[in-house]
Amino acid sequence: MRGRALLAVAVALVVLAVALTRLSANQYYYFAAYVIFQYVVLATAWNILGGYTGYVNFGSAGFFALGAYTAAILIKAFPVPFPVLLLAAGTVGGLLGLSLGYLTLRLRGVFFSIATLALAVVLQTLIVNWEYAGGSRGIYTMRPATVLFFDNYVEFLFVVMLILALGALATARWIEHSRLGRGLAAIRDNEEAAECMGVPTLRLKLVAATVSGALMGIAGAPFPYYVTYMEPASTFNLDYAVNSLAMPMIGGATTWVGPLLGAVLLGTAQQIATVTISSALNLLIVGVVLVAFVILAPDGIIGLVRRRRGGRHA
Amino acid sequence: MFSFHLLLNVIVAGILLGGFYAAVSLGITLAFGLLNVVNIAHPAFVILGSYAAFVVNSRFGLDPILAGLLFMPVFFLLGIGVYRIYYASFEKRAEESLRGLVFFFGIIFIIEVSLSLQYGVDYRSVHAAYVGDSFRLGPIELAFRLAIPCAMALVLTLALHLFLSRTFYGRAVKAVSQDHLALRLMGADPVRIKGLAFGIAIATASLAGALLIMIGPVEPSIGREYIGRVFAIAVLGGMGSIGGTLVAALILGVLESLTSTFYGPSWALAVSFGILLLVLAVRPSGLVGRAG
Repeated sequence: MRGRALLAVAVALVVLAVALTRLSANQYYYFAAYVIFQYVVLATAWNILGGYTGYVNFGSAGFFALGAYTAAILIKAFPVPFPVLLLAAGTVGGLLGLSLGYLTLRLRGVFFSIATLALAVVLQTLIVNWEYAGGSRGIYTMRPATVLFFDNYVEFLFVVMLILALGALATARWIEHSRLGRGLAAIRDNEEAAECMGVPTLRLKLVAATVSGALMGIAGAPFPYYVTYMEPASTFNLDYAVNSLAMPMIGGATTWVGPLLGAVLLGTAQQIATVTISSALNLLIVGVVLVAFVILAPDGIIGLVRRRRGGRHA
Repeated sequence: MFSFHLLLNVIVAGILLGGFYAAVSLGITLAFGLLNVVNIAHPAFVILGSYAAFVVNSRFGLDPILAGLLFMPVFFLLGIGVYRIYYASFEKRAEESLRGLVFFFGIIFIIEVSLSLQYGVDYRSVHAAYVGDSFRLGPIELAFRLAIPCAMALVLTLALHLFLSRTFYGRAVKAVSQDHLALRLMGADPVRIKGLAFGIAIATASLAGALLIMIGPVEPSIGREYIGRVFAIAVLGGMGSIGGTLVAALILGVLESLTSTFYGPSWALAVSFGILLLVLAVRPSGLVGRAG
């Protein structure tokens, strides 16, 4: 699994995207694929801190919503071009991630996770009480009438999210194979030992938290245009938090392939379940599958595959 | 206009609310503070308790508090069952920190979604003759809806304190939190004792849930609001101290009551989470806690 795997994934996703645009005029497929790609970004971002470093972030929804609200407020305030939204949401998310990174200085393990949960709620309260951002009533965003090269705006957003997903995967893969990734793995296995061996643990954790936060923020940036109306309760929804950690845990949290696998499988299953059964039931499925996986297959699907291969060799 | 009369009533309401918070947090103090089991799903079990009381109350007209007490043995067994799974899957393999946390996170979802599938996402409430009444104590007005849960919470706190300090099993629970290995060497089975203690922690959720639905209407996802509160209280209370839990819960109740009256209810939730962040960042050992 070198660069070829990533290339294969990129080709597969692009082919899937083109196939969708050619095969069907049904807008629903764009919406569904957008949501799945969005989860690929969120799951990959979560995994950079959670999977590589072992710090479980329950506040993904907060980062995502912060990115979405940054974009929505910018759109409301100035007529900004689209890339600026991504940049701004990434910066804000990254800064929040950085401050979360400093929190790891004092808080290890569960205390860190509880703090991230608290962080998301505090952010939500701030938005609810912020009149300009729409408060609890929510905020409307108008889509621009036209975009270059695209027939309609949903197609454009879909391509944007596809590119973001590929970007996030490439980032994760790069981190994994760099010195940074090895340092993070050392922190995950034993932080004290890593520090004693001269791994600059704080700096690495700060980088991981910042990159993770920035990616989650960026994932939220196109959200105002996607939904056109958002309010705090649904934007800060805990579903984002549970999905962005369930997907890597189910796929396998130690490689960049795991979150991708989890996001595509779980995301597709949820889209199908939402249409055919009910949206409440699809969350129940996520919960049950998540619990089953952490109990029975702690290393996710990747771990299951590896164990089977290892068994054959032994 | 500032009024001393209002302030007094707000503080009393806060104390009553805080007493109730203690009931919700006791289970966390037990599980997290003493057993080191990070049961972030505790508030979800409390909501389960609320719905148990709601079902029995609406179908048979049973008093909600009585219902809460009646369900305690069921929750006790449920707690033992959950702990068995937790122990076999995570604790035995020393993988409890990360995956155990995710396990409980998944349980929150399972409970919440099951309840909303069964009963919908509407707010549910219980009926009892005394719920709407109140009585006066000089200038202070006490609503039964808050006063009774607070009184019950104090009884529960006292009972748990007596259990931990006076009984054989209670002391064993404290022992298991202090030295796992020594207890095993003494011939006691730490897993059985931890299972028992975790069962008691979940049993408190049954009563706390009945009190919760008495104070106000409940819907399945309301438990999320309590995650921050209960951990703020458990950490502030010094992790594993029953008395500390009560003091921390009262402080939080008064602060929230003041905030929601003078700044608006939408800020009240941020108080507990803000305090939690602050406590975690500045003094993770809590007000009266052991160091480290």
